[in-house]
Amino acid sequence: MTARQPGAGLQTGLDRLRGRALPKNHDARTISALAANPGCARRALMDAAGVDKQRVAAHVGFAAQFGQSRFAIVRGNAFEAQVKENGAAQLLILLRDLLDLDVSEVGYADFNDVGGNSSAELRHLHTRHVLTAPDQPGRTLLDHPLLRLRVGGRHAYLEPDLIALRLDGTFHVIEVKSFAVIDGQADPGKVAAAAIQSAVYVRALRDLVTEAGGDPAAVSHKTILVAPRDFSSQPTAASLDVRRQLGVLDRQLSRIASIETLLARYPGTLTFDLDPDAQGRPRRPAAELAAAIGQVAASYAPECLATCELCFLCRDEAGGTTGALGKPVREDLGGIEYIAQARSLARGQVPAPEQAEIAAQLLRAAQLRAQVLGEAV
Amino acid sequence: MTLLTAFARAEAAAAGRAQRIRTVRHVHLSRRPLVVIPLQLAGEACAPLAVMLGDDPDKPRTLTVYEPRDRARRFEFAADLAEVILGHLDGYLPPDDPDVHAGTPTQGAPAQGAPAQGAPTQGAPTPGAPIQGAPALEPLPDAPQLLVPNPNAAAFLRLLGRSTRLRRTDGEHAVRPTVPLLGRWLTHYGERAEVPGSALLLAMTTALAEHWATGQSDLEDANLAALLGWVDPPDGLTGQQAARLAEDPVRCPPAGPVTDPTFDNEVLEGRMAAIRDATEAGDGPALARAQAAMDAALHSQLAPTWDLMWRAHALLAELPEAAHAQRRWKDDRRSFTAQAAWLREGGAPQPRRDSAVAAAKRLARLEREQQRLAVERAHDDPLVMAEYRLTGEAFAGTVVDADLTRLDTDGKKPKLRPWLIVQTTDAVIVEPDAVLANPAFPGQAAKVIEVADASREPGRTLVTLELSGGMGRALTAPPGSTPARGDAVTYTTLRDDFQPAPQFPSREETPWTHGGPPPEYVPTDDDAQEAWS
Amino acid sequence: MSIAEAAERARHATMSILADLATTEQGVVVDSPPGAGKSTLVVGAATELAKNGERVMIVGQTNEQVDDLIDRLATGSPGTAIGRLSAAAYTPSERVAGHQNVAARSSVADLAEHPVVVATAAKWATVREAERPWPWAIVDEAYQMRSDALLRVARLFDKALFVGDPGQLDPFSTVETERWLGLNWDPMSSAVAVLLTNNGHIPVHTLPVSWRLPASAATVVSEAFYPFTGFAAATEAGDRAMTWNTRPFGKTSFDLALETAATTGWALLELGHRHTLPTDAEAIAACAGLAARLLQRGAVTISERSPDPLPVTADRIAIGVTRTVQTAAVKRALRELGVTNVVADTANRLQGREFDVTIMLHPLSGRRDATAFHLEAGRLCVLASRHRHACIVVARAGIPELLDAHPSAEPVHLGVPVKFPDGWEAHQAFMAHLARHRVCAA
Repeated sequence: MTARQPGAGLQTGLDRLRGRALPKNHDARTISALAANPGCARRALMDAAGVDKQRVAAHVGFAAQFGQSRFAIVRGNAFEAQVKENGAAQLLILLRDLLDLDVSEVGYADFNDVGGNSSAELRHLHTRHVLTAPDQPGRTLLDHPLLRLRVGGRHAYLEPDLIALRLDGTFHVIEVKSFAVIDGQADPGKVAAAAIQSAVYVRALRDLVTEAGGDPAAVSHKTILVAPRDFSSQPTAASLDVRRQLGVLDRQLSRIASIETLLARYPGTLTFDLDPDAQGRPRRPAAELAAAIGQVAASYAPECLATCELCFLCRDEAGGTTGALGKPVREDLGGIEYIAQARSLARGQVPAPEQAEIAAQLLRAAQLRAQVLGEAV
Repeated sequence: MTLLTAFARAEAAAAGRAQRIRTVRHVHLSRRPLVVIPLQLAGEACAPLAVMLGDDPDKPRTLTVYEPRDRARRFEFAADLAEVILGHLDGYLPPDDPDVHAGTPTQGAPAQGAPAQGAPTQGAPTPGAPIQGAPALEPLPDAPQLLVPNPNAAAFLRLLGRSTRLRRTDGEHAVRPTVPLLGRWLTHYGERAEVPGSALLLAMTTALAEHWATGQSDLEDANLAALLGWVDPPDGLTGQQAARLAEDPVRCPPAGPVTDPTFDNEVLEGRMAAIRDATEAGDGPALARAQAAMDAALHSQLAPTWDLMWRAHALLAELPEAAHAQRRWKDDRRSFTAQAAWLREGGAPQPRRDSAVAAAKRLARLEREQQRLAVERAHDDPLVMAEYRLTGEAFAGTVVDADLTRLDTDGKKPKLRPWLIVQTTDAVIVEPDAVLANPAFPGQAAKVIEVADASREPGRTLVTLELSGGMGRALTAPPGSTPARGDAVTYTTLRDDFQPAPQFPSREETPWTHGGPPPEYVPTDDDAQEAWS
Repeated sequence: MSIAEAAERARHATMSILADLATTEQGVVVDSPPGAGKSTLVVGAATELAKNGERVMIVGQTNEQVDDLIDRLATGSPGTAIGRLSAAAYTPSERVAGHQNVAARSSVADLAEHPVVVATAAKWATVREAERPWPWAIVDEAYQMRSDALLRVARLFDKALFVGDPGQLDPFSTVETERWLGLNWDPMSSAVAVLLTNNGHIPVHTLPVSWRLPASAATVVSEAFYPFTGFAAATEAGDRAMTWNTRPFGKTSFDLALETAATTGWALLELGHRHTLPTDAEAIAACAGLAARLLQRGAVTISERSPDPLPVTADRIAIGVTRTVQTAAVKRALRELGVTNVVADTANRLQGREFDVTIMLHPLSGRRDATAFHLEAGRLCVLASRHRHACIVVARAGIPELLDAHPSAEPVHLGVPVKFPDGWEAHQAFMAHLARHRVCAA
């Protein structure tokens, strides 16, 4: 599925929105997070423009905590290194069992050896050349290929810690993670994140194969997750079917590609620029930045607290709304946007005709609580 | 989430403090619970970092793992933890019960039962559940209650149980005998926590959120400090202000088991490095200092949560207990007693995964308990019943007419089937032929005959009910066995239908549809030496 | 294809199934899309087996389904003695009591001379081991049966024919069941899923043709809800029609919707965009009002079932909703309009049933957010596949936007095969289709 190619005008528009800062580099993790809140215009624009949401939020006084413990990072790197050492010996044994593969026939190719020059463009070209050359051996583990994905107007070069397996013409993406698989089960949220990240690589590999004139179906939707088994650091492998995640990703990329329509709603002067000085400190008055942000509507829900660096800002804005109390609560209060409104209706305020049902229910709810709590006292 | 609760949250937001959504406490609360606050090291499956625990708010005990990535240190920690926890459990077992806990696990038991590779089930009935055919055990008069801050802490304990219960006490990777014993108890508590209505292992955020509605979302309620900020705001602060302060990890360290990443990077890493360096250098005094420094750092992360836990306990204890909370606690006690007996008899540890029969049995049990809990909660608590009254699945009203001697002469023998007419202002969505229950008359069914609008009084509904059961076998009802004219009554669709427990085939009879009987477990060295690294 | 061709295809499939039945060691699974002749197959297979002197036990999921099966069996096979095994307190429903060859008993011993015995899974589970096992079982609605229910009855038979509709609602529970996800014997999986995971050699057949769904619906439903197997309508566009006994009274939105439905087989009555409670009075009134208007206009249908036009009676109209509170509200609205006998129920309870015209209150109508429950493909499939002639959907505007804004943060569990269709995709496809038949409420 090819996304629309945005014109040069879009790129300038997004650059203006972002300001002088360099666009945040996307990797598989950030790309996969793009679909976390498709209905939010504020996030959509910022992500498309590559705005550093963390810095923006901090500057307007709503710094969010999205750090990662170094212990986790170190552990993750160590596990991955272990899986890949000795020509990925441990990995090959796992693949033998999972895919019924004769290990002795699998070669290993490390794309990091490009020979000196390592610009992303060149490395990507090299990867493409090697991956799609007709005389490649049938079974190879491919380490550190550099892939790219078109996100908005730019190419995002995906960090090269990916391994893929070429098996007789089919490519399987392999994702190495350090959360444990215990008795065959793993944290479903983390597996979901791994699945959508794998889908990003599948999409990027498919694009590469297409660019080289091949059949994208050569990249399998069945990816392989490698993770520690039980409480040890011995790896185990599991198969993931990422068709659904591919659908979600493609839709999200398509939304980003058509961001022009959204951008066109705002004046060309709108910018989230921090105007940093020589030391990188923002000079833009915080109130002005806040006003700029406020021009673009957000779609806040408490779920944002776990996924978006602007969450505290948007939560503050959403104070007094039923949405701030959570999606289920907002749903239960059928159509009432503001807490104050719900409370007035519960106290007998005459409702607008379309609010008649919820008003009757709220009135009743208040009566019941008063009756019971009154009696209980 | 119901409209009543949603409304309560709106009220809480405006009032600046949490609102009660229950009039009684639906969980048993021990006067001397064992509060357990675990912290884990980021990045590992189950690497305990420290635990603060105790049953006396003035006497917390902290156990620290100075090198959480070192396998041997982990098992030492597990043994230390076992001493405290098993010691607490001991207090509830009869004194003449010699070796149910720490010290002398029954011979040969620990490594058995752990399933072989690829055969994830084991050859014994579900541990802790009554053995079919054996006489029912009299439950002990009390059982230890464990309190943890949140469901993730409970999950961590369960995982800790899993990582220790299959260890061997002999051979190459031997651990102290108390370690697998601790594992089995932690697993038992973790499994029991999944049973609806159980209070053996309580997560305080869950318990508090069941009884109070805050003015924030349920996702934010998962933070114990923020939740308590709403339920019991400090003087001069609104619930929201208190909750915002609580979200600052510097002021309010997270309740765990996950630590604050900034604390990890800026404090913990340094302390652990100092310990490592001192150990390598063989420098005794430096090591002692470094260990003390790490203790202090972890204490700073645990102590605030410790205080929160006891505050939460006190707040819950203030609520009067629900009528059926003891019925459910008795089941918890029974479960504790059965597990103790199981261990005493040398029973095998809990398997890694349920077999087909065990899974089906457990599902049936969970659903049954869920049903009982729903009925009991509504019957015990008018605020819960109010939720059903709001949707029309229950109604409260007055008996305006009653024919208590009415007989049904259709069948071979005449049967006593009194009729009541109840007038109510509640919404009524039940249809004729629906069978309702009245909490004040358990065992008596009320079939809906007719639902009609009261002709002269708008907003009032008349429901005609036919009663059966709970009146004895005679053709007249003993006085007081049914509601009478003028009585205030509540009827609800929530009924305990007293279904007998379903029958299941035995494990050996697992049918071919489900893969046939699972193979018998043969212990291998792999299970016991599972590298904990 | 013509009806004759459809019949030939169906016959061919049935022959193939019966052939497998004759040689199988353990069993056969038959996937039956909506209205594909599942009951006919069950009756046919039971009769065949009984004729060959084999004893057959038939497992239904609800009393209602059991009675339906018995009614059809008894009618189709008047010479066969059929037993209805039920709880002691059970009184036979009219349609069962009317058959001479059916006996209702509460103990299996009393039905020893009956070659065919029918009961619910729950009742079968109480039958004692000691009785000799049945050589044959037919499990009806096997995709709606939970695998733990199968566990309890599998000991009673040697071989079985499992029949069901994979596109309808999955089994569910009110308790947490994550711990069993990925197990080969997950008690929450359907009986068929567990059966096939543990017995991969069991053949799976598909009934290829829907006798119920009109040509206007079969493709839509097949593509949206049966992405891999698919099926076709037995009838062609010209084989069925719906017209009116009355001249149009006016051009209200209800009338326009009814006319669109009569002509194309579908209509979307779109109400104004609003967030409401599930008991959205305007939407509920529209559902009831459409049913009333349909009856008032005197709808008649022409189909392959009868050379003469047949009136659409109230009992052949169903209003499908998602929640029981909505059922109650619809029933009240119907009463207020003086309409009786129109069926109103949730998707759960409409499974397996058939009507001439269905009216559906869209699961996402009036909602702010979608949830897994409301997005479940099976639910929408049931609501969209009950009709022989037309399906009218009542929905507030805004559903495509709701779907577009839906964050797709689904958890993924290892070892659990990905289920297709994806509920989100199915909803999108269905809305895209309905958009072509939209009538805006005034």
